Amino acid sequence: MKNKSSTLNRRNFLRFTAGMSIALGLDSLIPAYAKQVVTANEPRNKGKYSDLIDLQIQQTKLPIASKNASTLTVNGSIPGPLVRLREGQTATIQVTNNLDEDTSLHWHGLIVPREMDGVPGISYAGIKPGETFTYRFPVKQSGTYWYHSHSGLQEQLGHYGPIIIDPIEPEPFEYDRDYVVLLSDWTFEDPYEVLANLKKFSPYYNYQRPTIGQLAKNLAWNRMRMDPTDIADVTGATYTYLMNGMASDANWTGLFKPGEKVRLRFINGSAMTFFDIRIPGLKMTVVQADGQNIMPVDVDEFRIATAETYDVIVELQENTAYTVFAETMDRSGYARGTLAPRQGMSAAIPKQRTRPIRTMADMGMAGDMSGMDMSGNNSSHDMSGMNMGSNNSSHNMSGMDMGGNNSSHNMSGMDMGGNNSSHNMSGMDTSGSNSSSHNMPGMDMGGNSSNSMSNNRGVMHSADTHGAGNSGVAMMSKSRLDEPGIGLQNTKNHRVLLYNDLISLKPNQKQRKPEREMELHLTGNMERYMWSFDGKKFSQIEEPMVFFDGERLRLTFVNDTMMEHPIHLHGMWMELVNGSGLNQPRKHTLNVKPAERVSVDVNVDAPGYWAFHCHLLYHMKVGMFRTVAVVDRSTSTT
Amino acid sequence: MRINDRGYRSTFVGLVSILSTLFLAPAVLAEPELGIEASTQSTNISHRLLRPKRTEPAVTVGQKVEMLTDEERSRLSQSDNIDIPKLPREDWPSPIGDNQTYYLLLLDQLEYRVNDGEDIFNWDAISWIGGDYQRLWIKTEGDVGLDTGDGEAELQLLYGKLIAPFFDLQAGIRYDQVYSSDGGPARASGVIGIQGLAPYLFELDTALFVSQDGDISFRFGAEYQLLLTQRLILQPEFETNIAIQDVEEFGVGSGLNDIELGLRLRYEISRKFAPYVGVNWTRKFGDTAELAEEEGESTDNFALVGGLRLLF
Ligand SMILES: [Cu+2]
Repeated sequence: MKNKSSTLNRRNFLRFTAGMSIALGLDSLIPAYAKQVVTANEPRNKGKYSDLIDLQIQQTKLPIASKNASTLTVNGSIPGPLVRLREGQTATIQVTNNLDEDTSLHWHGLIVPREMDGVPGISYAGIKPGETFTYRFPVKQSGTYWYHSHSGLQEQLGHYGPIIIDPIEPEPFEYDRDYVVLLSDWTFEDPYEVLANLKKFSPYYNYQRPTIGQLAKNLAWNRMRMDPTDIADVTGATYTYLMNGMASDANWTGLFKPGEKVRLRFINGSAMTFFDIRIPGLKMTVVQADGQNIMPVDVDEFRIATAETYDVIVELQENTAYTVFAETMDRSGYARGTLAPRQGMSAAIPKQRTRPIRTMADMGMAGDMSGMDMSGNNSSHDMSGMNMGSNNSSHNMSGMDMGGNNSSHNMSGMDMGGNNSSHNMSGMDTSGSNSSSHNMPGMDMGGNSSNSMSNNRGVMHSADTHGAGNSGVAMMSKSRLDEPGIGLQNTKNHRVLLYNDLISLKPNQKQRKPEREMELHLTGNMERYMWSFDGKKFSQIEEPMVFFDGERLRLTFVNDTMMEHPIHLHGMWMELVNGSGLNQPRKHTLNVKPAERVSVDVNVDAPGYWAFHCHLLYHMKVGMFRTVAVVDRSTSTT
Repeated sequence: MRINDRGYRSTFVGLVSILSTLFLAPAVLAEPELGIEASTQSTNISHRLLRPKRTEPAVTVGQKVEMLTDEERSRLSQSDNIDIPKLPREDWPSPIGDNQTYYLLLLDQLEYRVNDGEDIFNWDAISWIGGDYQRLWIKTEGDVGLDTGDGEAELQLLYGKLIAPFFDLQAGIRYDQVYSSDGGPARASGVIGIQGLAPYLFELDTALFVSQDGDISFRFGAEYQLLLTQRLILQPEFETNIAIQDVEEFGVGSGLNDIELGLRLRYEISRKFAPYVGVNWTRKFGDTAELAEEEGESTDNFALVGGLRLLF
């Protein structure tokens, strides 16, 4: 591909933040905003938002971790420039394609008209080489978001950047300055090569596999033809993890003055990586999730799934440096930066923790469920890392032959959803439990159900295992919203954010009872690196998923696989049914844990076609993707 | 930095907003399980910052969300019978293009064999090209004596279809060629086989062959990857052939023909490049063994091997 980045002209100068015009040269590895100190005193929303934002998609040679990298950038930097908007304005953003292939740009988490959503093949045809596409949309929300390419694997090459939308109303929390902390993963390999390698040999990048020493412990896993160390498909074996485009040695630094409160806007712009974020020595107060204000939660650590955003506020009293540590979920690497009173300071980098090991709970083994409540904080004994497998395996595998004893127990407490009932009943019957049909109709589906521990006994999978495209079936799926996630369970005196902690700051005025429920299984065949919904990849399904305009729809995700999948719905919010009643948090990306059953409610109000997919880039690319058609029920023929 | 006026204002707004939230959702207060309390843990966060207290997982608060009754639902689902709309523009590209063609070429054995007789070069390779469900497979194995040039080669060309999550059903043709000083015979066979991953991670490759002359034989192969470390991998292998009829030209007797056991220790410098050393033992049985003896070949062959495993 020819390097067209020489087309730099004055249009590459982007005015993106109040009262500031910052030139982004070709060689500017570090986006200016990452270095820029923005204080609360400055007039953040004085109406100086640029009327026209100009974004150039181009090939760029950049140094990453001191090596030359061929990247695909927005305005010449990784990440791309901050797009700063104001709630209530109309955004006009010109995106010019200087590549010799199609590109696109999607506003992740922004509710925009369908033709402005930026998904080739669904919202528009994409942006052809040499063309400029002008996005124009009303900005109807505020918070921290991001943008990225929705074409091929371009996102992996650097085509992403942050968005901040300042609210009309003052923020419900105070801070003195804010920084974007955009995390991403970079590989010097061609992304298509990465995918091809996974297709040839799915553990290609996993150098933490069980060795002979763990053979006895892992017999149960081997029998299932699964790998309990399969935490991330693409790992530090090829990835360099970046914080605001900088490798850990480059040490991105955010400056503060002692006594200040700093807002950190964490964005996971990675292709495939989940990060666990902590700042040793500081509590973080989470105030926003996916751009939505939540009731503040103080935590020591939180996990950010691919494509999620979290805003936290830290209070910096000491005149000292703090490490912002973003360790990957599989512990194969980390991104790191520093909060410091002066440039050049740094603090100790925490030791990396041992990689976690999947448990039987991740497989949806029923025997496991009764035995160990994997409820986040209190399960210290079952999370002792490597020993884990041994503790559970023999014991829990017996649970495989389950059915019998657990099931009757489970069934009585079961909370399941309307449409599922028949579906699930078949599953139950196979388990030989005494029928619990009497439970079904009256069950409260408030979503609550699945969270309450006493009730959370799981739902049996039906006999339909979704065909050859799905290699594993979580026999028993249950809510795991009260678990911090794999590798974070064993954290004494160390509070980790839970999905159950996400409670919308304001009650949702439009909340009502869902009229319809759709159950969708997240499926895959790791052996062939196939990922799908209900066992079918995108190209195997002709029809879109149909949502009816005006309905309130409950989507229930059941993760049959042993991996986390961050599920993203375009065009409409997903309200996480986590038992917070009227204050269900709105999510654009929902991390669904292995063997988890979780529901979201959607106010279907955006006619047209929308993308719906797993936000792990290679999962999406191989088929974990659907088109959603929002149609008018009344005009449809019967 | 001093908090300016605006800061105070947002504090106030924040409090008002939280309070109003509480009043708007009175159930939050009514439910003791989901209370709101000032943070007790935090020392460096101001009192203003609250955190939801969850002594146990959340239960429903606020308005009870109820699902429709079965009756209501079935009424709704009747109207679900709609014309599914097509995408707006047919000439637009596919959003993801998930039908890409991939390939694999694994030269599992490219090795030098030292045994009692002539030194041998041996190869065993497998290749596929295709998609998720349907692939074209090529398998080849064979050996050649480094002094005489005698040896044999086998090539299979198969169509494979994923019939179960871990198993590929394969059908196609196999071509055998024997090389020897007095000219080598060749034959073609039809193949139907199953290849895949069995429980406990055994890689299986098994097939039934029917030659052009109607001779039937069967092969079963299994191998395993045992990780000593992340890069040092022991690969035991087992293969056996069984024939229904004698086929003297190919040194095949009826019944159990042979058993081959291999043990190779490779070091993965990368996934794509791994040198190895190992041993290989072949034992012929019954009529097959007799045929070998008549030809002056050994029926029990132990070899030290060294070679490369390459992945493309
Ligand atoms: Cu996925």
